[in-house]
Amino acid sequence: MLDKAVVQQLQGAVGDRNVLTGKMDMLAYSYDATADMPRQLPDVVVLPTSSDMVQQVVRIAKANGLAIYPRGAGSNLSGGTIPLRKGIVLSFQRMNKILEIDPANLTATVQPGVVIGELNAAVAGHGLIYPPDPGTVATATLGGSCAENSGGLRGLKYGVTKNYIMGMEVVLPSGAKVRFGGKTVKNVTAYDFSTLFIGSEGTLGITTELTCKLIPAPKYRRAMMGVFQTLEDAGNAVAGIIAAQVIPATLEIMDNMTIRTVEAFANIGLPVEAKALLLCEVDGMSEELVNTEAEAVIAVLGRNNCDYKAANTDAERDQLWAARRNALPALASLNNTCIVEDATVPRSRITEMLVACEAIAAKYGVTIGTFGHAGDGNLHPTILFDKYDQAMTAQVHLAVDEIFATALQLGGTLSGEHGIGMAKMKYLSDELGQSGLDLMRTIKEALDPDYLLNPGKMVPLPEVLA
Amino acid sequence: MTGTYHDDLEIVRTEIDKCMKCGNCMAVCPVYSVDKDEAAVTRSKIAVADAVLDGRLELDDPDVYDMAFNCLVCKSCMSNCPTKVGFDRIAIALRAALVRKNGLPWLKRMIFATLRNPRLFDKGMKAGAALQGIAFKGDKRIKAISPRSPFALVGGSLGFDAGRKMPELTVTPLRDRVPEVVRPEDVKVKVAFFTGDSLNYFYPDAGMDLIEVLTENGVEVHIPKGQSCCGIPVLVHGDIDTARNLARNNLDQFEATGCDYLITGCGSCGGAWQHDYVDLMAGDPVYRAKAERWAKRTYDISTFLTQVIRFRQPRGVVDKVVTYHDSCHLKKTMKVAAEPREILRSIPGLTFREMSAPDTCCGSGGSFVLTHYGTSSALGRNKALDIVKTGAGTVATGCPACMMQLLDNLSRFGDRQGVTHYISLLAESYRKER
Repeated sequence: MLDKAVVQQLQGAVGDRNVLTGKMDMLAYSYDATADMPRQLPDVVVLPTSSDMVQQVVRIAKANGLAIYPRGAGSNLSGGTIPLRKGIVLSFQRMNKILEIDPANLTATVQPGVVIGELNAAVAGHGLIYPPDPGTVATATLGGSCAENSGGLRGLKYGVTKNYIMGMEVVLPSGAKVRFGGKTVKNVTAYDFSTLFIGSEGTLGITTELTCKLIPAPKYRRAMMGVFQTLEDAGNAVAGIIAAQVIPATLEIMDNMTIRTVEAFANIGLPVEAKALLLCEVDGMSEELVNTEAEAVIAVLGRNNCDYKAANTDAERDQLWAARRNALPALASLNNTCIVEDATVPRSRITEMLVACEAIAAKYGVTIGTFGHAGDGNLHPTILFDKYDQAMTAQVHLAVDEIFATALQLGGTLSGEHGIGMAKMKYLSDELGQSGLDLMRTIKEALDPDYLLNPGKMVPLPEVLA
Repeated sequence: MTGTYHDDLEIVRTEIDKCMKCGNCMAVCPVYSVDKDEAAVTRSKIAVADAVLDGRLELDDPDVYDMAFNCLVCKSCMSNCPTKVGFDRIAIALRAALVRKNGLPWLKRMIFATLRNPRLFDKGMKAGAALQGIAFKGDKRIKAISPRSPFALVGGSLGFDAGRKMPELTVTPLRDRVPEVVRPEDVKVKVAFFTGDSLNYFYPDAGMDLIEVLTENGVEVHIPKGQSCCGIPVLVHGDIDTARNLARNNLDQFEATGCDYLITGCGSCGGAWQHDYVDLMAGDPVYRAKAERWAKRTYDISTFLTQVIRFRQPRGVVDKVVTYHDSCHLKKTMKVAAEPREILRSIPGLTFREMSAPDTCCGSGGSFVLTHYGTSSALGRNKALDIVKTGAGTVATGCPACMMQLLDNLSRFGDRQGVTHYISLLAESYRKER
């Protein structure tokens, strides 16, 4: 139990209504969207509405040695917001104002609790978009996706969150507030602080304001789908599209397990014997250019032994997307627990990675469906199991170990877009080595020597190592 | 009779396990849109039910009670759930468990006791109608009443201030206005009409319009006098015994009509017949089959008109600009959304304008508006503003509870736009032919 005096200080800082201490509320903040993770009740949940409040909370936490777990919507897939060491969950759900939309400078300035989809709805009237589109756009906050450096379906062409943050305000573990970047396209003043904080998973500082880059919304788009009898043909088609100098907005792949599961779940007419399915969408500002790109993609599909379809209307596009849209829901419905990984390999190794995932599923006797972003090599091996079955759960953990080992062997990385959190910490040295871990620790301790912010995530705690 | 999830929380464990905690419910939960804290969201309510089952939280914890009832049971989350968690079952199972443990609060106990006895309830509603002038002042233009001083002062915190508009209680309820069978000259098909209490007591004119539209289309309408409340208002408060009693009575009453179709004009009532009676009676050797039979025969009036019989295209001009609000239980439980729009678009002279997010909850939630007035009012205001933006002079919907909420909020935040059941506009068009 937290000292009453601390609760009163927190109430003084943010208002009574914005401090939660009941057991039921603690339970509600004890988890996030990550499966198969330990859960922990925080001591208190604080919901600030201004950066001044955040500073005060940080100072109170520091004075009382309380951990702070910053949290957006809690939709991450790396255990990133679970309050492992109790303390304070600092939720940004109520700090959610769009402060300014500046069409002349193509920027929007927002508080961290603004939901990505709400920002897009607000800028749509200006013909603009904020491109990063993780699967959770309708719920994920900009602060959270900045902390996780989220990607999404459009990553191949439009990049990820770090490419769209121009300025930030950050409250440091010391309680100081720092602002950097802004509305200028060019800015080389001092260190590039934003690259330090974006993707730091709330371990270095707390984002309290963001200036986001917007771009004109593409006016035209065309979608097509190819169904393949071999994974090799699908891999060659991906390579062929890139070789044809087309950068699609999305280029998604789905393996046989996923195809079969989606068909059983949604009955949309997919051939269940197919080994792979590619969904491709090109977009742009000119109809002519988009059509040229679409024809180039169709030509590549035609050369690679697949049945292909191109959508000519929005309704047809919607039908093609139905397969992809249903991939995760269908797989997740197979059992009571669903781990979604994001091991990522160079685009040219996609086929090998898919083959490896199938082999790993067979080797450990576990259910794995793999789909993901073929265009950028970011795959989502999705593992379904019964959490009440301990033997099966142990096999799943072995399979996950091997998935990450394979991704690294293929020259890839542990995480394309979900982050390390606590789910992937144990693999970090496999990718970065001891010197990499040491560098991480040097940075962490320079900014947060007391391990106040999101302790137990990304950077192993000193006492765990000792 | 064997137990169902209404009798044992453990039975919803499989539904609870389906939840991935992805948080997609957050995007659509109306209560979360106002409260902005995790306990308001469906996934947390599921986590709490799970913790109660595992003994990590006490059912007696007052926060658990508050959280369980801080939900409109609008089922918006269910429409957005990737793994199709049956959250309505979890919510009702949890509420029923709470009531089993601690009993009903006295106010609910008193109100629900009258519902168990339809004749007593009927007398009470009529007495209320006769006496409403004492506590309320009327507004004849919109057939509404508002609390008078000093009642308005006392009720202010619950939203019963002098600005509150409610439909006037009617001295002659719908079922007293019509015989048990209304027969057109040329009978093509027979249906039984489940009026529900709201159409019976608050909106009998809409009920009359519904009957008129059916007879206009050669449909014989049976309106059993002995029918009672559908049971949803007590079911969502965890009063399972009363809900089962009401369900059994209704099933018996409608069996006796010998009709092949049951028509509703309220999404909650229709949902009860299509889903809840089947669930409530799942362990009952006698009533289970009856409930299943009637579930398949239940249609919202719009579905019956557009898909079962091809309704006669109306010719009377109704010169109105109309927008349509999707009642949660009509769209998310009965899956009825296109049919009322088809009916509205068929009416000559009527200009139909879609509002933004027409299927966002209006915040009524039946008695939620009484127990959580602040949240309800915030949602009602947003809905009213969306309606105002369309420029429509009339909003149509398919659920009397929504009509009440829209009436109040449009009088506060709108320009007193007309609120109507969509069927009344079709009836108006038919009448104008004559």
